[in-house]
Amino acid sequence: MPAPIRLRELIRTIRTARTQAEEREMIQKECAAIRSSFREEDNTYRCRNVAKLLYMHMLGYPAHFGQLECLKLIASQKFTDKRIGYLGAMLLLDERQDVHLLMTNCIKNDLNHSTQYVQGLALCTLGCMGSSEMCRDLAGEVEKLLKTSNSYLRKKAALCAVHVIRKVPELMEMFLPATKNLLNEKNHGVLHTSVVLLTEMCERSPDMLAHFRKVRQLSSSQLVPQLVRILKNLIMSGYSPEHDVSGISDPFLQVRILRLLRILGRNDDDSSEAMNDILAQVATNTETSKNVGNAILYETVLTIMDIKSESGLRVLAINILGRFLLNNDKNIRYVALTSLLKTVQTDHNAVQRHRSTIVDCLKDLDVSIKRRAMELSFALVNGNNVRGMMKELLYFLDSCEPEFKADCASGIFLAAEKYAPSKRWHIDTIMRVLTTAGSYVRDDAVPNLIQLITNSVEMHAYTVQRLYKAILGDYSQQPLVQVASWCIGEYGDLLVSGQCEEEEPIQVTEDEVLDILESVLISNMSASVTRGYALTAIMKLSTRFTSTVNRIKKVVSIYGSSIDVELQQRAVEYNALFKKYDHMRPALLERMPVMEKITTNGPTEIVQTNGETEPAVLETKPPPSGLQPASQANDLLDLLGGSDITPVIPTAPTSKPASAGGELLDLLGDLNLTGSPVSAPAPQIAQPPFLLDGLSSPPLFNDIAAGIPSITAYNKNGLKIDFTFERSNTNPSVTVITIQASNSTELDMTDFVFQAAVPKTFQLQLLSPSSSVIPAFNSGTITQVIKVLNPQKQQLRMRIKLTYNHKGSAMQDLAEVNNFPPQSWQ
Amino acid sequence: MIKFFLMVNKHGQTRLSRYYEHVEINKRTILEAEVIKNCLSRSKDQCSFIEYKDFKLVYRQYAALFVVVGINETENEMAVYELIHNFVEVLDKYFSRV
Repeated sequence: MPAPIRLRELIRTIRTARTQAEEREMIQKECAAIRSSFREEDNTYRCRNVAKLLYMHMLGYPAHFGQLECLKLIASQKFTDKRIGYLGAMLLLDERQDVHLLMTNCIKNDLNHSTQYVQGLALCTLGCMGSSEMCRDLAGEVEKLLKTSNSYLRKKAALCAVHVIRKVPELMEMFLPATKNLLNEKNHGVLHTSVVLLTEMCERSPDMLAHFRKVRQLSSSQLVPQLVRILKNLIMSGYSPEHDVSGISDPFLQVRILRLLRILGRNDDDSSEAMNDILAQVATNTETSKNVGNAILYETVLTIMDIKSESGLRVLAINILGRFLLNNDKNIRYVALTSLLKTVQTDHNAVQRHRSTIVDCLKDLDVSIKRRAMELSFALVNGNNVRGMMKELLYFLDSCEPEFKADCASGIFLAAEKYAPSKRWHIDTIMRVLTTAGSYVRDDAVPNLIQLITNSVEMHAYTVQRLYKAILGDYSQQPLVQVASWCIGEYGDLLVSGQCEEEEPIQVTEDEVLDILESVLISNMSASVTRGYALTAIMKLSTRFTSTVNRIKKVVSIYGSSIDVELQQRAVEYNALFKKYDHMRPALLERMPVMEKITTNGPTEIVQTNGETEPAVLETKPPPSGLQPASQANDLLDLLGGSDITPVIPTAPTSKPASAGGELLDLLGDLNLTGSPVSAPAPQIAQPPFLLDGLSSPPLFNDIAAGIPSITAYNKNGLKIDFTFERSNTNPSVTVITIQASNSTELDMTDFVFQAAVPKTFQLQLLSPSSSVIPAFNSGTITQVIKVLNPQKQQLRMRIKLTYNHKGSAMQDLAEVNNFPPQSWQ
Repeated sequence: MIKFFLMVNKHGQTRLSRYYEHVEINKRTILEAEVIKNCLSRSKDQCSFIEYKDFKLVYRQYAALFVVVGINETENEMAVYELIHNFVEVLDKYFSRV
């Protein structure tokens, strides 16, 4: 059999391959040759073959058949064999393969070998891929080597110790005594690796950290002064050729030491104090003309920020960052922006000084820098600079890449909400965002904006005029069109009458307004949701406009047969309003009241308003459509005086919980609405709590009544159901129970249905749950509201039935809840 | 922590790859291809640090060869940048005519 080719020739041959297929062919041929050679147990050329195999593995081809060969090479006596064998072991083997354990004995012997290079090889391999068993067996040897005087071995042993600690944290104690003398070395290699070892120990175990901070070690002094001394030597010492990088001696070691100082000084006053001087020295003495110096400065700044440094030092750090920002080098600017972002929370004022530079960075060409600058700008907006910053940010929104637009738009909304100097400015800003980046805006911005508009009563005319003008030209941006249609629907009369103090009033006739709304309806670009908005707006205008009621009736009746179910339903209902309930129409379609400010973060809240309920905004998953139908439904219910409740309706969970719609159907069951299906897709999840009470009484529920303890109603098989109670002040016989279902098993529970029954003297109503899936590991809950009417003030009892799917099988359970606290029904 | 160290030429052929955490062999080629695509699409005066998935790439171009190092957040990016240069200098000294 001819001698197998050398590695170099193989590489040369592979490089000549012009296509991927050619390369693969060559490699397969060579693999076959290697395999046959392995089978022949050829000792002389094994090392060459494994080397070639490693090369092919690096290119991405499978090479697992070489693993045993690596072991054989390790066991051989020749150094060249051992070298390739260990390299192969590092690359091909890891703890997943069972074969690796066979190496343990070899490594053990090699750790005690006479030649330091062989010992070094063994240490490297152990440090690279040692599994926990191997580490446990060999940790003693490693520790012994950590104490030798041979610096070549010592540094490798330190790195190996790092790996051992990572794999088997319990062995950390074993290495502790050896570390005492590590920092006394002159050799930078040993110093560097020892610092790495110390860093790893401190990061892994707070006990170690405490130990290193305080304990006076025997012959040498404490750790922090030692490190400070080493760092000082590095800075002060003259030119040392073997450690010099562009004029700075051993920057890598300096950075490592700074990092260790950071860990030691975090949250510890004494250590921080000991470091203050040296940090100031490093910060001022390091040359910044080259990247090396800047790297060291960057690490220094990070350290200063993290430890409990004095304020002078912090100001120095921020000034350094400011200097970085002005530098021409992109890398440095990027790094500066990143660190400023980290520090802006704590040192807000200092960072403000650099605001103009940061804002300039928004105009930079580089994507990473732009992103950082944008985040930092949002963090810097405050009441004083909001106008200027907004201008810049809006300009940025115009010109930035699409991937930024969504984040930027949300950021602008948040900032505008917090710091708007005036309502008009706020509305202007939001409109500007909608017109420039309309399609990237998040869905919940629409209801927020609508709410904002209703709140600013004096701005209605101005707003509707501007919105009208905005969509005249272009109605493709959905959020803008939605908001505009809603406003036109509400304030169309203001628009037509032309009264607007703030701007040039424009002359708009009713027909023109209807034209634009109809074109929105017809247009292909409008989403279904937008069409819903437009149709409802047209309907509302029937009460506001005087001369075009017939046209509106026509439009509404056309859509009664639309393919889109949502539109059809709305049109049919409105038609019914025209035909049978014309007397109610004006009352139903009157102006929306001012909505209470709702927090935009967090789950639903039941908000108090004057007579109407508002659906609270849910951050996740908002279909923004149904604001109008819900409010109309509420109006309807209001008018009909929802007095007595109808019997229990456990509404089945749907993806768009049909709360208002459900009630609508119930209470108006006898009113015979033609053909409307049950679920008017309600808005976000909220329950109109006034349902049970008389119309005139202002609702109702104060916030969660402090004082009624909550109970765990059911806790079995990982499913836990908690009841929390609220009592109404105005109607003391009503108790509202909110159930929360959580799941502590590892699999989700789907199709969850909760049903309840109460004794005859009570009346019960179940509203729709938040969803039908309970995620696993208690990562989320299903909430559902139950209303109990208890006129006779009897002891509350309830029987509950739960059905759900879990682990692929349907589960069902019945339980009785008797542990209601007395305050919930007395 | 350094996750991987790659040397890839302009045409996407890997010249050296060293992974410090376990990555499946087929995923490696995909990763390398994506990484080099990101680096090639950058112009000369853009930042050398790219945010990719959940870690950062630090890359440096030497003629037709890209040296790319993947790091996580705890590393000092600029120090790694220097490290790459140091590595290349060492290779140069050792092998000459790199």
